[in-house]
Amino acid sequence: MEDTITTQDIIKNGELVFEKTSCLTDNVLSYCPGCGHGVAHRITMEVIDEMGIQSETIGIAPVGCSVLAYDFMNIDMQGAAHGRAPAVATGIKRVYPEKYVFTYQGDGDLAAIGTAETIHACNRGENIVIIFINNGIYGMTGGQMAPTTLEGMQTSTSPFGRDVERMGHPLKMTELVATLPGTCFVTRQAVHTPSAVRKAKKAIRKAFENQKENKGLSFIEIVSNCNSGWKMTPVKSNQWMEEHMFPFYPLGDIKDV
Amino acid sequence: MKELRLMKGNEAIAEAAIRCGVDAYYGYPITPQSEVMEYLMSEEPHKRTGMVVLQAESEVASINMVYGAASGGKLAMTSSSSPGISLMSEGISYIAGAELPCLVVNVQRGGPGLGTIQPGQADYFQSTKGGGHGDYRLIVLAPASVQEMADFVELSFELAFKYRNPAMILSDGAIGQMMEKVYLPAQKERLSNEEVEKRHGSWASIGKKPNRERNIITSLALQSEVQEKHNFKLQAKYKQIEETEVRYEELNCEDAEYLLVAYGTSARICQKVVQLGREKGIKIGLLRPITLWPFPSQIINKLANQVKGILSVEMSAGQMIEDVKLAVEGKVKVMHYGRFGGMIPAPDEVLNALEEKLIKNN
Repeated sequence: MEDTITTQDIIKNGELVFEKTSCLTDNVLSYCPGCGHGVAHRITMEVIDEMGIQSETIGIAPVGCSVLAYDFMNIDMQGAAHGRAPAVATGIKRVYPEKYVFTYQGDGDLAAIGTAETIHACNRGENIVIIFINNGIYGMTGGQMAPTTLEGMQTSTSPFGRDVERMGHPLKMTELVATLPGTCFVTRQAVHTPSAVRKAKKAIRKAFENQKENKGLSFIEIVSNCNSGWKMTPVKSNQWMEEHMFPFYPLGDIKDV
Repeated sequence: MKELRLMKGNEAIAEAAIRCGVDAYYGYPITPQSEVMEYLMSEEPHKRTGMVVLQAESEVASINMVYGAASGGKLAMTSSSSPGISLMSEGISYIAGAELPCLVVNVQRGGPGLGTIQPGQADYFQSTKGGGHGDYRLIVLAPASVQEMADFVELSFELAFKYRNPAMILSDGAIGQMMEKVYLPAQKERLSNEEVEKRHGSWASIGKKPNRERNIITSLALQSEVQEKHNFKLQAKYKQIEETEVRYEELNCEDAEYLLVAYGTSARICQKVVQLGREKGIKIGLLRPITLWPFPSQIINKLANQVKGILSVEMSAGQMIEDVKLAVEGKVKVMHYGRFGGMIPAPDEVLNALEEKLIKNN
C-alpha cells in the first residue's frame, strides 16, 4: 500500500523528541503492563547514560519481580541471592571504590530477608546507591504479604487483611535508615505521574552524584503500584496508591546531608 | 626470599593471604578461627598491599561480599568455623552456580549445632558433598600442618581461578590454633585493575566497555533447558578437576599390610600410629588425602590390592569412610575409628582400634 507509514517516515531529522537510552537493552520487559518497574528502570538507566558512566557502573539485581533486571539494563550486573544485594554491592565497591555501584531491590528483598544487610550497609556508609521499589506485596511469588503491606491490606497470606496484632506492622524502612549516620541522602519518590517521574529521576541523579563525591549511602525508595498483586486495573491501582500508600509512606526527602 | 616464622595456623593463613596478593577478606568472628581476622586487622594490610579487610555483620553477609568482589575478578576470601560455614552455604551454592573463584576457609569445630569450640572433622560431608543446595562441588584442600595452612592459600586461588570454582581449605581447630614453624612466601603485588581486566575481562562484572556485551554474573536460568545445559557444563568441569587435581601423601605404604586413611589433624596423629605399629611389627601405612574433593580414589583402590584391611580415622562418626569404601570396591575390609564432639584420638587408641577391628578378625 502506498500510504503505509514506515518508521523512517516518523523519524525525520530534527523531529526526534524521545529516544530510548542505549543503557536499556531491546529485550521486552517481563513486568506486568501498568507496573512501575519499567519506568524506574528507564530513569535509572537514563541517569547512567546522561552522566556518561555506563562503562564504570555495576548494578546488583535482587530476587523478586526485578530478578531479571540484568536482561533490561545494558550494564555489567550481578544477580544476588534474596536480600543480599547490599552485601554483594559492598563486596564489589570495596575492591573497586572508583566505580559506581547500585542495588535495585523490592520490599520483600530489602525490608524482610535482607534487613540486616540493608541496615549494616547503610550504617557503614557504603558509598553506593540503593534503589528500593516498595509496592507493599510480594509480586513475583504471587501476591503474599510483604513487610511493607499496609494494615488491613488483603494479600494471599493475609486474605482477611493484615491484622497488625497477629502479623506485625508495616515497616518504614526509609525512615529507619535515615536515622543511621552512614546515609547521606534518603528520599521517597514515586513514578506514577510525569511530574513524579521527573522528581524521582532528579533524586536518582543526585544519588549517583553523591557517590561520585564519596558522600556515603544514598537511599531512594520508590513507592510503586502492583496492579496484578493488588488485583486492580493499572489506573485504579495508581489511585489506590495515592489514597492509601502515600498517607502512610509520604513522598519527599527525609534526609539530605 | 622465604621467611621462617613461628605462627599459629590461623595467623599463617592470614599472613599468606597478604603475601599472595589477596584483594579482599570479609569475615565474621567465630572460635576457633577468630585469629585470622584479628591478625589481618592488626597487620593493616590496606597499608601493606591495599588489601581490603572488612568485618561483616554476619557470615551470610561475608560470603555475599566475597560473591561481589569475586564477580569483579578479584582475589576474595573469607574464613569461619563449622556453624558459620552452615550460614555461608547459601552463598557458596550461588558462587558455585555463578562459577566464581574464591577461597573459603573452614577451621572446623565439633558439632552438630553450636557444638563445641574444640577441634572436629565432622564437616566432611558438608564440604565434599554439597552443604548448600544443588549439584555443585568445592575444591577441598585439607592441610595437616601450619606450613600447609600458609601454602594452600596460594594453591587454592590458583585452582579457583583455573576452574572458576570456589575452593575451600578444610582445617580444624587444632591446626588453626597450634604453633609451628612456617616458611612464608615472598610478598607478591596485588594485580592492578588493568591486569584484572586483561585476564578476566571476558566474564568479570566490572563495567561494560563499548566493545563488548555486558557481563552478567548470575546463577539463575529460569528455562529448564538452559539450566540443564549449565549443569552439564559444571559436571564436565568437575570431571576435569577429578582427573587433574587429585593430591595425596603416602607414608610407609610400599610394604604396608594395613592402611590408615586420614586427613588433617587425624593424619598427624596417624603418623605416630604408623611408627608405634611398626615398632610392634605391624606393617602399617598411611594414605593422607590432601584434596578431599577430588578424592584420591585411584591410589586407595590400588593399595586395597595389597593390604589386608583399611582403617579410616576421622574426628567424626564416620564420614570420609564412605568415600574410602567406594574407592576400595569391596576388595578388603574397611573400618572406621573416630572420636568426635571436640575429642581428639590418641595414637595408642587408634593402634588398639586397628588391632581390634582388623587384625584380630583376620
